[in-house]
Amino acid sequence: MQKPLRKVLAEFNYELAPVIKGYNRRTLYINVGEKAIKSKPVSDMMIDKFVGGKGFDLFLMWHGVQDDTHWDSPENEICISFGPLCGNTSYPGSGKSIVTTISPLTGIPVDCNVGGHFGPYSKFSGWDAIEIQGKADEEVIVYIDGDKGIVQILSAPDEEINSHILAENLITEFADDPEKHQFVSVVSSGKGAEHVPISCLNFSFWDKRRKVARLKQAGRGGTGMVFRDKKIKALVVKYSGLKGDTNNPVDLETVQKTGLKLHKEIEAGDSTQCHMREIGTAHLMEIMDDYDLLPIRNFKYGQMPEARALASWEFKNLFTQGMADGCWYGCSLSCCKAVDNFVPRSGPYKGHKVCVDGPEYETAAGCGSNLCIWDPKDVVELNFYCDTYGIDTISFGTSVAFAMECFENGILNLERTGGIDLSWGNADSVFELIHQMARGEGFGVTVGQGVRKMKDIFAREYGADPAFLQDIGMEAKGLEYSQYMSKESLAQQGGYTLALKGPQHDEAWLIFMDMVNNHIPTFEDKAEALHYFPMFRTWFGLQGLCKLPWNDIEPANNAETDEPAKVPEHVQNYVDIYKAITGKPLDKHELIRQSERVYNFQKVFCMRFGKGRRIDDVPPYRAVGPVTEEEYLSRQERYDKALKEKQNIDPTGLSTQDKMKLLRQYREDQYQQLIDAVYRRKGWTPEGVPTLEHLKSIGMDLPEVIAVVSKHLK
Amino acid sequence: MKKFLKTMPDQCIACHVCESTCSNLYFKTDDAELSCIRITETEDLPHMNACNQCEACVKVCPTKALTVSPQGVVLVNKKLCIGCYMCIAACPTGSMFRTQGGLYPFKCIACGACVKTCPADAIRVVQE
Repeated sequence: MQKPLRKVLAEFNYELAPVIKGYNRRTLYINVGEKAIKSKPVSDMMIDKFVGGKGFDLFLMWHGVQDDTHWDSPENEICISFGPLCGNTSYPGSGKSIVTTISPLTGIPVDCNVGGHFGPYSKFSGWDAIEIQGKADEEVIVYIDGDKGIVQILSAPDEEINSHILAENLITEFADDPEKHQFVSVVSSGKGAEHVPISCLNFSFWDKRRKVARLKQAGRGGTGMVFRDKKIKALVVKYSGLKGDTNNPVDLETVQKTGLKLHKEIEAGDSTQCHMREIGTAHLMEIMDDYDLLPIRNFKYGQMPEARALASWEFKNLFTQGMADGCWYGCSLSCCKAVDNFVPRSGPYKGHKVCVDGPEYETAAGCGSNLCIWDPKDVVELNFYCDTYGIDTISFGTSVAFAMECFENGILNLERTGGIDLSWGNADSVFELIHQMARGEGFGVTVGQGVRKMKDIFAREYGADPAFLQDIGMEAKGLEYSQYMSKESLAQQGGYTLALKGPQHDEAWLIFMDMVNNHIPTFEDKAEALHYFPMFRTWFGLQGLCKLPWNDIEPANNAETDEPAKVPEHVQNYVDIYKAITGKPLDKHELIRQSERVYNFQKVFCMRFGKGRRIDDVPPYRAVGPVTEEEYLSRQERYDKALKEKQNIDPTGLSTQDKMKLLRQYREDQYQQLIDAVYRRKGWTPEGVPTLEHLKSIGMDLPEVIAVVSKHLK
Repeated sequence: MKKFLKTMPDQCIACHVCESTCSNLYFKTDDAELSCIRITETEDLPHMNACNQCEACVKVCPTKALTVSPQGVVLVNKKLCIGCYMCIAACPTGSMFRTQGGLYPFKCIACGACVKTCPADAIRVVQE
């Protein structure tokens, strides 16, 4: 490969210094428009109130953007932060970066938690966060040399955009020699992100065994489109000095001992629990199908006999076994499986041999069952193209499923799709959609606008019933739902729709607690769960941690504990390693409080941008109950029983339409009652505004926060 | 082919000389916790623990810091090791060790030093 000739457009030299107790105490500011690079100090206040990771991102972004900043405004920022625990090599799941930006899909901050080596290497290069602002007038690469202490903005005449090639090219270019590829990591997107907002960023890590760049995704909310709008082709970091103590903890022994304890737990338990080391999160496929939770036909159904074709064992057959598949060093859960030597049958890379990272559960469900695509290899192909084009597999799956249901209902036809037959299961058509997204042409670009914009277009241009589109369009706040059925779990309806960035399951996954085990029967129980779990899970994003080693492996005696859903021993592990790394006091209560501060700050950030209202927390009815007669009739026994037992209504003699109406009234009312209870528990008004008393009690009463909230409390 | 330490518990007299030899050689101190071979006394025969070079650790090492020599001995390359200790958890015989707060694991490399000092002929280096 010939290296492109690069001009140095800006350069910044900085002093290398060791991380101390998990922090560098400085952040890196880069304006690609003004070609400015500088270091900003991290104050005690930032650490005390925002901790790190998503907290730092949101704090920096708040002060970087204006009230009227749009996703494509020059001052919109892409912030990437790592957290004090990020980069330790002892505790599984400690290599995450958290990306935030003002989303082109939602208009509010979106946050993504992503693996790969970029985060830890950037942190050990000397930065607690990277804040990128401005719009370049030519294609650029930002390069951080953490060995020499240099940050550069470089010209990027590279022809390649798509990640699976660009990442490898850049790793080869910036590595000192072929034996040192593992010291370089790249953030990139792809051609799709130039045309559609359902886009993502890829964070690479060099797989020494496969000798390829593996790609992990900051998937949700359109980060890729912001990146490409700024004309950034890639971020590259090089750092060669990693050791077991580079995070410089106060008490290395405790970090090591706690990590080793979990390694042993995984070694003993994974093969009988989640099989993460064999199948990754795709192990969930048949479990979700068994419980009627696997989305099929745009979330109409949760179970179909055909879904067995996408069971975990089918993916296991495709994944290379016995590899050290951690997305950061020291993760023995090793869940990032890969399909090697995959040969796409469509598109520009047809016939090439490629390594595909995944599919994970969300991709297998979103690009498989939800579209009735039952060949696992077709799912792998969509996974590959989504990644390399910089498209989010979750939003892609949910958006295509919506378009397919519109096609089924005659809202779309061959004329309107430009000849693309969007019948359920037509993989070739779905391939064409994604290639159109990358080429920026055809109906694919319409689908790539996401569900919210498609609803507007189909109502306006094709005369479709807006109420029906609202019911079946699986989005809230502008973001597409991730891939779980929430119809029979009121708590999960809240878990999805109350999530600050939009309906992603990373705030709460309560379906088994609620629907299967009935552990949270009352509104207050559900509200408590919708307080605790979003706060607990937010903490991973503050620290640079992955959620999976928390409860995708459990201690052998976990079921005998008081609160098995919380996995108390692992909560204590987190408390222990936080204290051992930072030297700061913490217990399980203060852990929640740390999250509560940042969570409420993010909530107020959404309000500052005109969202965060009660009306923004309402789900489409497809997420709550049966929209169509066929949906009702497919589970008639269940719904009739619900009418009888929960509403005291004898369904005998009632028409299906009447029963649907009664069920809907009840479920929508239940949802509103749930919101009331959750807002109360969170310390918010019935309109969803954090009260001043609550903000003060948690220590998030900063003047800028109070100023926004006060307007909404009047 | 692999070269490893063959242990014969029925001949072991649990004198712990092997542990002293090993820890003195590699850590310049007489401390059984720093020995690559460990003797645990039981009511029955002593339990003798030294790496059998099965390579389970090699498979899980994320940085390929564990390599196999041409003689079939698993070696730790400290230049590549990042001290995650996944190898310790993966070892089926518990024969990969660490020091308190140390950065690298350590293990038996079948050097044979302990064989020479064992008074009971309970250890041998074999090649299979």
